[in-house]
Amino acid sequence: METNLCVAGFGGQGVMTLGKFLASATCDSTDKNVTFFPSYGAEQRGGTANCFVVISDEMIGAPLGDVMDDLIVMNGPSLNKFLCTLKEGGNLFINSSIVSDDIARKDIKIIKAPVTELALELGNAKVLNVIMLGVYVGYTEVVSPEVVWGTIESKLGKKPKLLPLNKAAFEKGLEIGKSQK
Amino acid sequence: MARVFMKGCEAIAEAAVRAGCRFFAGYPITPQNEIPEYFARRMSEVGGVFVQGESEVASVNMVYGAASMGTRSMTSSSSPGISLKSEGISYCASARIPMVYANISRGGPGVGSIQPAQQDYFQATKASGNGGFEMLVFAPSTVQEAVDMTYKAFDYADRDRNPVLILADGVIGTMMEPVVLPDAKSDEEVAAMKEAKKDWACVGHKLDYPNRAWIEPGHWQTSDMQRANEEAAAVYASWENEVQVEEYKIEDAEIVIAAYGISARISKSVVDMLRKEGIKVGLIRPITVHPFPYKTFDNINYGICKAVLDVEMSIPAQFVQDVSIGVKERCPIETCLSSGGNIISREAIIEAVKKINEKQGV
Repeated sequence: METNLCVAGFGGQGVMTLGKFLASATCDSTDKNVTFFPSYGAEQRGGTANCFVVISDEMIGAPLGDVMDDLIVMNGPSLNKFLCTLKEGGNLFINSSIVSDDIARKDIKIIKAPVTELALELGNAKVLNVIMLGVYVGYTEVVSPEVVWGTIESKLGKKPKLLPLNKAAFEKGLEIGKSQK
Repeated sequence: MARVFMKGCEAIAEAAVRAGCRFFAGYPITPQNEIPEYFARRMSEVGGVFVQGESEVASVNMVYGAASMGTRSMTSSSSPGISLKSEGISYCASARIPMVYANISRGGPGVGSIQPAQQDYFQATKASGNGGFEMLVFAPSTVQEAVDMTYKAFDYADRDRNPVLILADGVIGTMMEPVVLPDAKSDEEVAAMKEAKKDWACVGHKLDYPNRAWIEPGHWQTSDMQRANEEAAAVYASWENEVQVEEYKIEDAEIVIAAYGISARISKSVVDMLRKEGIKVGLIRPITVHPFPYKTFDNINYGICKAVLDVEMSIPAQFVQDVSIGVKERCPIETCLSSGGNIISREAIIEAVKKINEKQGV
């Protein structure tokens, strides 16, 4: 069993961090093989950024597959670029705050979450990625939510002030993910 | 053993520290910046030294200096930066200085692109600088392998008094994967390793010490230069037993893929995918790309093998030339290539295998 996930968005949306949290949590809590592979241009902000996470019981050959089981898109250009890579019956997680396009494909599951708006409601636009991670974990249960939260907690260890905000964001996401099952 | 989730570049740096590397000098270039970044943070914790040189040329020569004093030393860069370091590498080879360096290679030639590629094959294996010196060159296909090779590389460098190259690529360098890290050498072990080089290194001697160290990257007398080259050549000749290769399902293979590094890893999963469809594919993966495992190609069953498929991220193909020396015209060689920063896809390899089958009949 191998799960290929692509997370794509603008640079600065925390796309890499989302993927890294998920992959680290998998390494910490399971015996599975897992890879995280980032792909971006020379810019630090703006431009497109995307990463690939592969979780597998077997040896992982390609850290970036040709066909995705799951796709998380945080902005419009990413949807146009990566929708074709999503397999039939795959899961599309979409930031419905800024991706309003109608999805022509009818052979996939679509999970919508207005994560930009929700992050602003929580008081910090930066936590949109943690909300989306919650949505993904809540929906797929690829790794247990407790383990993922444990990883986030340890990665944010140096900034304990940020923990309550991130906890709220992650739980909001979980709730949305679970409700769309 | 506990596994940790690490980026290839950081894992290489940590492996070096654990092997007793106490000097690193480098200069930034994508996609290997996490190596110097990691050393910058880590070296002060182990009493080592990190320097960001003013250029590639300066940093490789700092390594030349530090290693001349018996300190386990390392530098790293990516393709165009490695070209700039080639003068210093050649000096280290000529002066018989043990050092380790990593090339996290990217698209080329020239500035090329910042994405992963395997276009430095000839440079890495045939001529990493002037003068015809040779090195052990290791090509990792996983982050774990990159760790194990880097750790061991310092032993090889010290044993042979010669540079050792870790030839990775931008995928291995930037991807994260679980790794088990080797034990760290203690301060006493690190000191002992330096002490053991007293015969030749500039470790600091008393004024009346008879055998003073003299590090030279060349000789004025041609007879001295020839003798130095003969001594180095004898070391290179001793590497016959250092050849490492992975053979995967080649016994009954009708098509054998030949690939190294990241291409080999992707190809290996293709072998399993195609075998599920009943297509008998195998893989030969050189782990040392110099010395090259030519003899492993004798193990292919040429009675049933339709072709060897060379898979590499270089256009034009380079690795294929060593493959063809191994195959010795016993079957056709086809290629499946990408370049300029495009990572070879499983789809492309599968298509190339099926094309061979169609051409020659299943």
